[in-house]
Parts: sequence; C-alpha cells; structure tokens
Amino acid sequence: MSISVSNISKSYDAVKALQDISFEVKSGELFGLIGPDGAGKTSLFRILTTLLLANEGTATVAGFDVVKDYKKIRNSVGYMPGKFSLYQDLTVEENLTFFATTFGTTIQENYDLIQEIYVQIEPFKNRRAGKLSGGMKQKLALCCALIHKPKVLFLDEPTTGVDPVSRKEFWEMLKRLQQKGITILVSTPYMDEAALCDRIALIQDGKILQIDTPQAIVKHYPKQIYNVSATNTYELTNALKAYEYSHSVYPFGEFVHYTDQRSDFNPTELKAYLESKNLSDLVIEKTKVTIEDTFMELAK
Amino acid sequence: MKTILYIIQKEFKQIFRNKGMLPIIFVLPVLQLIILSNAATFEVKNIKFGYIDNDHTSTSRALVEKFNASDYFNVLTDFPSEAKASAEMLLGNVDVVLDIPQYFERDLQKEKYINLGVTINAIDGAAAGVENVYITQIVKRYNQHLKIDLLQVSDNQIQPVNIETIPLFWYNETLNYKTFMVPGILVLLVTMITLFLSGMNIVREKEIGTLEQINVTPIKKSQFIIGKLFPFWVIGMGLLTIGLLLAKIIFQVPMVGSLALLYLYTSIYILVILGIGLFISNFTDTQQQAMFIAWFFTVIFILMSGLFTPIESMPKWAQIVTEFNPVKYFVEVMRMVMLKGSGFIDILPHLLKTLLYAFVMNGLAVWRYKKTT
Repeated sequence: MSISVSNISKSYDAVKALQDISFEVKSGELFGLIGPDGAGKTSLFRILTTLLLANEGTATVAGFDVVKDYKKIRNSVGYMPGKFSLYQDLTVEENLTFFATTFGTTIQENYDLIQEIYVQIEPFKNRRAGKLSGGMKQKLALCCALIHKPKVLFLDEPTTGVDPVSRKEFWEMLKRLQQKGITILVSTPYMDEAALCDRIALIQDGKILQIDTPQAIVKHYPKQIYNVSATNTYELTNALKAYEYSHSVYPFGEFVHYTDQRSDFNPTELKAYLESKNLSDLVIEKTKVTIEDTFMELAK
Repeated sequence: MKTILYIIQKEFKQIFRNKGMLPIIFVLPVLQLIILSNAATFEVKNIKFGYIDNDHTSTSRALVEKFNASDYFNVLTDFPSEAKASAEMLLGNVDVVLDIPQYFERDLQKEKYINLGVTINAIDGAAAGVENVYITQIVKRYNQHLKIDLLQVSDNQIQPVNIETIPLFWYNETLNYKTFMVPGILVLLVTMITLFLSGMNIVREKEIGTLEQINVTPIKKSQFIIGKLFPFWVIGMGLLTIGLLLAKIIFQVPMVGSLALLYLYTSIYILVILGIGLFISNFTDTQQQAMFIAWFFTVIFILMSGLFTPIESMPKWAQIVTEFNPVKYFVEVMRMVMLKGSGFIDILPHLLKTLLYAFVMNGLAVWRYKKTT
C-alpha cells in the first residue's frame, strides 16, 4: 500500500473538517478525491504531507507513519498545494534549481522525469514565475514537485482555475507519470475529471460517501436518469420539482436530470403533465449516469 | 551547507529584485540619519521673550538689555500689564514673560534682595526646562555685575562669598549635540531596518503560501532560519558601515575607539534583533500584524534606550525595564567606543549581556518555530 489512512479525524474548534476517514491507495494508482469546496480535501492533504496533525487516527505514506517518520515522508513525496506557492520573484529555472537543492539533488539528475513537462516551459526559463500564465504556472509547480523523484505525488486541486485545454493536457501528463510508477493522489471539484482516475473517493462535509472505480460508482446508481429540456429551463425545473412522483431534479448543462420515484415510470405521462404547465418544445430521453449524478444522489 | 548557501543566494536575489524595498533599505536610513541628526537637538533658540517693566529705571532696563544681547531670546514687547502678558501667552505669541516689580532698583540697593517674576509657557516641558536654565544663567550673570557696582557705592562691609563653577565636558568638550546624537541615531536605524525586515520576511512566505511548499521539503529548520536571516545580518552590518561613513564625512563625529570592536559588538547585537524579528514572525500570520508588533517594540526600545531621555531620570521600575532593552546597550557601547575610546574590557559587560540576550531570543524563536501548523 502506498497510502493508508485509517480513522483519521480532524476538527478546527467546532468545525469537523474530517470525520473518521479511512481508505487505501495502491502503489502506482491514480486516486482521486472528489468533492465540493470545503469538503475537507485540503485538510486531508495537509495531514498526509505532514503539515497538519490529525486529532485521531493514523496514516502512512510510502510505508512511513505521518507522525513518527515525517522526515522520511518529506523526502519521498511531492506536494503541489492548491494555491500557487512558488517564488513569484524568481525565474522558472531558479525556482526549479531551488527546490532541487532543498531536496539535495540537481535538475540534471532527475531530468528524465520532468523532461516532458519542462520542455514546454523551457523557452520561458528566464521569466519570473509570477509572469507566467495559469497553465504554465501549473507545469512549473508540477516540475518542482517532481524534481526529487517522489514515490507519492499529492496534487491538491491542480486544475482549478486552468483552461479546459490545459486541464486535458495536465491529466495526460498525470497518466504518463503514473506509468513511471508514481502513486498519485489528486483532488478535484470537477466531476468530469473523476472519470480519469483509477479509483475515486467521493467526499463531502468531512465524510467519505463512497470509494470505488468511476465505472463501478456509476453502475451502482439505482435509477434511470432522463434528460428533460424545454424552452424555459427555470419554469421546467420548478414544474418537475412540483411533480408528485419526482425523486430528484438537477440542472445539468442544457438539460435537467430527472429521476422518478416509481419503477414503472412512463415518460409520456410526465410529458402530459409538463404540457399542462404550459411548457413547450419538450424533450424527454434516457441518458447515461455520470459521477455527478451519483454524487448528488449520495450527498442528498 | 550547500542548502544554506543556496537559500542565502535566493534571499539576496529576492531582496535585490524587490524594487520597492531597495530604497527603503538603503536610501531612507541615510535620509533619516541626515535629517534627524540635524534636527534632533536639545538647544532651544528664538525664544519669544516679553517683559513687564513696572520700575522703568536704568537697572531694570539693563536687565532687559541682557536678554536682548543673548542669542537665545528674541525680545518682543514691553507689556503694560500682567493681564495683557497672560493673554498674549495664551495666544502663544510669547514663551517667557519677565515681571520686574516696582521699586526694583530702590529695593535692590536698599535691601540687596528682590524677587523677579518669571512665567514660562510649559506646554513643551522639555523646552520650558531649558528656557528656565537660560533665564537663570542670565539673571545670575547680571546679578554678579550688579554686586560689583553696588559694592563700589557701599562701604566695604563683608565680602560676599561667591562660588563659581566652571564645567568641563569630557569626551565632548563643546557639548556638540551631533557628536552624541549621530551614534545614537545610527543605532536606531540599524535596529529598525533589521527588525522590520527580519520580522516581515518569514511572514511574507507564510502570506504568499511558499512556506507550505518549503515545509514539505526535507530542509531542516535551522538551515532555513539561518539562510533566511543571514542576508539581514549582512544588511545590518552594511547599514552600520554606511552610517559610520556619513557620521565621519558629514558630521565629523570623532571616532576615538576601535572600529573593529564596534563591528564585533554590532555583529552580536544584530543577532538579538534578528531573533526578536523571527520570534515576531512565529506569532503572526500577515506582514501587517508583524509590522505593528515590530513597531510596538521599536517605540519602547527607542524611547527607553537613553537616546532621547537619560535613563538616570527614569523611575526605578523603568530603569529595571531598560536592562532588557538591547538598544540601550548598543547606544551605550556606540557612544563609549566612538567618543570615549573604550576598549574591549570596558564594554565586556555589555557584550556578555548582549550575547546572552542573543542566545535566549534565538533559542526561543527557533524552539517556537514549527514546520507544521
């Protein structure tokens, strides 16, 4: 096991940030922590990277206890905090050299690991980090976290505030790093990124709702979901919520995701109801379950 | 060791790239030294002087003439009445009012004794004290002249006993205030700049989030702290050098003692200040908080250092408090070495106390510094 967390709890005064969290991440796995802001993801990361002490429970990272062997952990993990935390007034190259030095290594020594990412920012190596674009900052931060060849990589919301193209690229990079044998724990509030992980843990209000592969999590969803659309989405949502058999109603892009309480649900019946509410251009069709639907259902 | 060197190198790069900070570090202290050293004087000049002459004789006029002849007093008006004089003082048009009573000349000759009324505007206590000394001196000198005059007319009775004191101001013969203010202000600058910079430095890393990234690296806290603080030690020593050069070139302050000794003491003294700075940054989360706490201590340190008000005139408890004021020791050492030429043995007690202080402060700060939150 690369990361093993058992019964971790952490509270800040009255706020319970984490409650009895347990999970395990296998070696070489890409594990995702999926949850909204304030779910406790960052607290968990800070505990695992030895920056924060848990109130209860134990955890090991790369075989080392987070409390007793914290020094060894610091040598063998890479951490990329959610907030960009490199020196903005140092250049790209200086930042990288600085972090290499703090780990007692050099850029050359582990260049093969970062090469693929670094070549993209190398043309700007003499530019100050503060002057880089969001996506470039991301790549630099990843390089700095990888420079000492960590066994485990912690990425706290690495794609928040990054454009869709850069996000896609970033996940491709993670996949390739995983192939090099690095265990990756990544957190994200974006449900679409969850599908790219090997396994995910859905987390909310400091509690883990479910842990499984993205495919299995979707499969466990108990109901058939329907995409419903009409000219006036707002009116549609209100009408669906008011419908006596409605189970769940969530806006989802241009559609509204609808599930019914009954197992023998007939879409024509619903259509008739909605038409009686003066809604026009109605479309009701079956759709596939996404992780977001599962999350909304579990978080209910 | 390599790590420390690299942190130091990084820190210097950051300091010199911060275009807003550089003038604050190097230009402002120079300006302060020049401005403060010229402005912070204890001399009071251009005192607005008024008088009420109820006697109107040659004797009373001679007394007023004495004030007129002095550089310190501007003789303004002869007030017709006490009420008028009081009104003018209330308006702030006059600082000192001398009230010469009626029959001044007659009583002086007959009784050989007279009371003069002196009213001083004491809204600024320090200035009032100085003005009082000036007035007393002038009246005393006038008195001596008068005695000689009177003795001639009267019979040779009993010779009055007259004790005169002639002060000698050692180590600063002309009582040039710049000679003792410049070393003091230099102390103030070295202290302020190093305390503020070191206090805000680690907090800055906290504020922008880089400390979190540093904390997950295997850097030892001693390496990090030494690497962070060493540049400020260098800056402190640099400031001392600039200050000493200015003192020599602009103010011609005598430097009797050994400069090497001064540097030795300063090198230890800055460690104390850096320790305090680090201690402050342990307890604060933003540069703003650090700034206010640093200000709080600086003001106390400076006002209780003996730089502006003598420690001897403070109440007993305050004198005990000054024992814990590193600035006091630095001011004393600076003046002792520069003006008196004190040697190593003379400043040894100061040196040892400062060294102890440095150990305690840095020990506390390092002990309190944690890489976790």
